[in-house]
Amino acid sequence: MSTRTASVLYDVPGPRARARNLTLGLLGLAGIAGLLWYVISSFADAGQFDPLLWSPFEYTAVQQRFVDGALDTLKAFGLAAIGSLVLGSLLAVGRLSDHFPVRIVSTVVVQFFRAMPLVIMIFALYRAAFGAQPMWALVIGLALYNGAVQAEIIRSGINAVPHGQAEAAYALGLRKTQVMAIVLIPQAVRSMLPAIIGQLVVTLKDTSLGYIITYPELLNQMRLVASNSDGYPYIPVVLVGAPIYIGMCLALDGLARWIESRSRRGASRRSTTAA
Amino acid sequence: MGLIFEDGNLSAFAEGFLRTIELSALSALFSLLLGFVLAAFRVSPVPVLRYFGTAWVTVFRNTPLTLLFFAVTFMLPSLNVHIDSFTAAVIALSAYTGSFICEVVRAGINTVPLGQAEAARSLGMGFGQTLGLVVLPQATRSVISPLGSVFIALPRNSAIAGAFNVPELFSFQKVLSEEAYDIFAIFFWIALAYLAISFSINAVFSILERRMAVAR
Repeated sequence: MSTRTASVLYDVPGPRARARNLTLGLLGLAGIAGLLWYVISSFADAGQFDPLLWSPFEYTAVQQRFVDGALDTLKAFGLAAIGSLVLGSLLAVGRLSDHFPVRIVSTVVVQFFRAMPLVIMIFALYRAAFGAQPMWALVIGLALYNGAVQAEIIRSGINAVPHGQAEAAYALGLRKTQVMAIVLIPQAVRSMLPAIIGQLVVTLKDTSLGYIITYPELLNQMRLVASNSDGYPYIPVVLVGAPIYIGMCLALDGLARWIESRSRRGASRRSTTAA
Repeated sequence: MGLIFEDGNLSAFAEGFLRTIELSALSALFSLLLGFVLAAFRVSPVPVLRYFGTAWVTVFRNTPLTLLFFAVTFMLPSLNVHIDSFTAAVIALSAYTGSFICEVVRAGINTVPLGQAEAARSLGMGFGQTLGLVVLPQATRSVISPLGSVFIALPRNSAIAGAFNVPELFSFQKVLSEEAYDIFAIFFWIALAYLAISFSINAVFSILERRMAVAR
């Protein structure tokens, strides 16, 4: 898709344009290489490639810290993901309810938690109730915020299911709850799965807020490793830790893309059979 | 609820509120510039720039914002670069938000009908003219509503700066809760401030959307 749009913005390059693009490309390459060189040389000048700073990574205790941190991140993420999906479905159904009070309460809850900064909420929960168990402050905060966002995603998915589906289900004599649970939500979740997983990536990234309330997730472990080693190796620790986060997020993102491509293939197959 | 009117808390609250707004506004400006430049890179005819744009967006969209703040706060001093925590926060927020704006703008470029760019090219316009004079002005209009959600998220994200020594609303909450005020009362006032900010941004963007809507 992007290549088509990209090529529509400019003509197929002729000899002069090719030469110009090559020059610009080389200039850009030189600029980027220069930038990288500047970063690396300033790292080197500050002695950041000193073996002393990198030696902590040879200790099993430090490696164990990274593993524990990643596992704690994933644990908080798993709990928050389940919580946000359950809460999101309930709130989405609540916003589509026939009863005015239910509708208004769900709408207020969704709007409030979507407008609140996650840090503020997690910190308030930590101070108010979960001083001893920071994990639950983190998980509940994440579940409330992401649940509100997932509710909006699921609601728009339910609204996008063709009317005939609900009408057919009512005509078969299903009750309201059954129509919602058996017919509408499964189709909504299927069509919104890429957006839902996209929001799960946000949830995964936001688990790093546990750093602020001393929950021992990956970022907090990185800080502990850096501040407890000789020479305070903050740069080596970030260079090791950031790829772990990026890798975890890219894996989830890849899952979303894979599901999207599969469901698109499925849709086109169905439409060809129908036609 | 009365804590806000005791011991000069009101001035600290007002200062935090203004700092949050200042931080968000500056980051919004820089991330907008960065986002448009990156988006132009990602659709440009020069492959190197395209790869650079893609790499930037991939890295910064998938890095937690807290990690970026952590990196800016602790990495720069080890390189003997000393900047104040407010500048550091602006850098981290702009780099992060810029990558999201890039994706929004790129999606907007894709919504402009192909005929527009084709017509521009057939008039003899080059890449810069096609993008700058024909495609981007139209893309901007369809981009306003997704841009709105990025900018509503920005003040919320800026709260993380409070954990990295910027005296804004979150650090006001931290300081007061350490002074043993009732956490619910503090939360009430902070919540009010953020609701006010996000509703005003929402209002601005819905006005913009109404005024700049295109009938297609």
